[in-house]
Amino acid sequence: MNNLFGYKKRNTWLNHTTGTSKLVGFLLLTTMGMISYDTRFLFALGLFAVILMQTAQIKYREYAVMLKLVLIFAVINLVMIAVLAPQYGTQLYGTRHVVFGSGYWSITQEQLFYEFNLLLKYLFSLPLAIILLFTTNPSEFSAGLNKIGVPYKIAYAFSITLRYIPDVQSDYHTINLAQQARGYEISKKASLKNRAKGAVQIILPLVFTSLDRIETISQAMELRRFGRQKQRSWYQEQSFSIRDVCMFIGSLIIVGIGVALLIHNGGRLYNPFK
Amino acid sequence: MNNRKKSNGFSVRSVVATGIGAAVFFVLMKFISIPTGISNTNINVAEGWLALIAGLFGPVVGLLVGFIGHTLNDAVTYGSPWWSWVIADALFGFLLGLSRRFLLLEYGDLTAKKLIQFNIWQVVVNIFVWVVVAPVGDILIYKEAAQKVFLQGAVTAVVNIVSVAVIGSLLLVAYVKSRPKKSSLRSE
Repeated sequence: MNNLFGYKKRNTWLNHTTGTSKLVGFLLLTTMGMISYDTRFLFALGLFAVILMQTAQIKYREYAVMLKLVLIFAVINLVMIAVLAPQYGTQLYGTRHVVFGSGYWSITQEQLFYEFNLLLKYLFSLPLAIILLFTTNPSEFSAGLNKIGVPYKIAYAFSITLRYIPDVQSDYHTINLAQQARGYEISKKASLKNRAKGAVQIILPLVFTSLDRIETISQAMELRRFGRQKQRSWYQEQSFSIRDVCMFIGSLIIVGIGVALLIHNGGRLYNPFK
Repeated sequence: MNNRKKSNGFSVRSVVATGIGAAVFFVLMKFISIPTGISNTNINVAEGWLALIAGLFGPVVGLLVGFIGHTLNDAVTYGSPWWSWVIADALFGFLLGLSRRFLLLEYGDLTAKKLIQFNIWQVVVNIFVWVVVAPVGDILIYKEAAQKVFLQGAVTAVVNIVSVAVIGSLLLVAYVKSRPKKSSLRSE
């Protein structure tokens, strides 16, 4: 059931850290990485995350598909920028060092540097996300969200989502097979029109079973008096230990470094061309 | 439906609708896409579902379904959520949810006028969200090149307009057909 996010029980310190502190650490670090355009900072953060990932004993084949998707996504985006805005780097950094070519299509060092930064930005958070997803029991997320201040009803909705994704997925597969048995084809072999028709034939039953499900579950929850109190407790809640404190302090130190670099650079960009 | 007294704001039904809505959104986003023939642009069935759920349960549920569904999909596919687009999708759900006021789907009466109103509204919302909010977010948050993000935004807007117009309207009609009419029972 928890296979979707690649969560497995592993005996590492990252697994024993609570979901709350991993979530906070992830949010702090990715937000800082999102704001900062400092190459050194992003590179160091990415490297640090890869090392952390090693200590969590996550194997390459577990995240290979994810990595490939991110790389494809990154390459498409970088090529698009290179084609659509080849002088954007010059505009950002304010200088112009031509490597070769001339005019609008010339390739400048600034552009290459900007695109390298962008690549780092696409990639640095992947190991962090992999750690978060692969070492945290999905049920801990909602407890964690509630602990950092998200109202418990929203946290609970999130927990219902995680709980029902596998169910909806299996509904989808069942409906898909049933409709294929009736002769609707949605694989690449069929023509566009037939695929669209086939997709509709799958969506309609899926939508109606899901709407029924909303009724059933909300009635069951109402019977159990959900939402009567201002707070609730969580089955997967864990108490804080020294590891969690270390994780908080560690993330705060990294954010501190990021902020210091922002001030030092006088903005979000790190400009080696000045 | 809402004859009971609501306990602090968010009803149980809305909580469940958000949870299940986001789960279905996620599954649709991940598994069903109808290619348009142009590479990398698929008709996104999930946005049609978002339109139905927002039209049924209102803006807050729409917002949360867009937010949770998109965040999860990004996290599982790309490693981390692309916040500017997550925010755009959440806003999309919220604005579409405003259409609940005039759609009144529960009573099983969907006139052609309502359907046209809904489609005009979704076109406005789609253009605002994907051509303005998402690209501006990309530029402010990620310092992406304007030319690229506006092109991406425009393509997404067109694709989503088609998706909601076809799949969203279809789901609305199918839903209303499945509901009993308001005046189907009379006291004698």
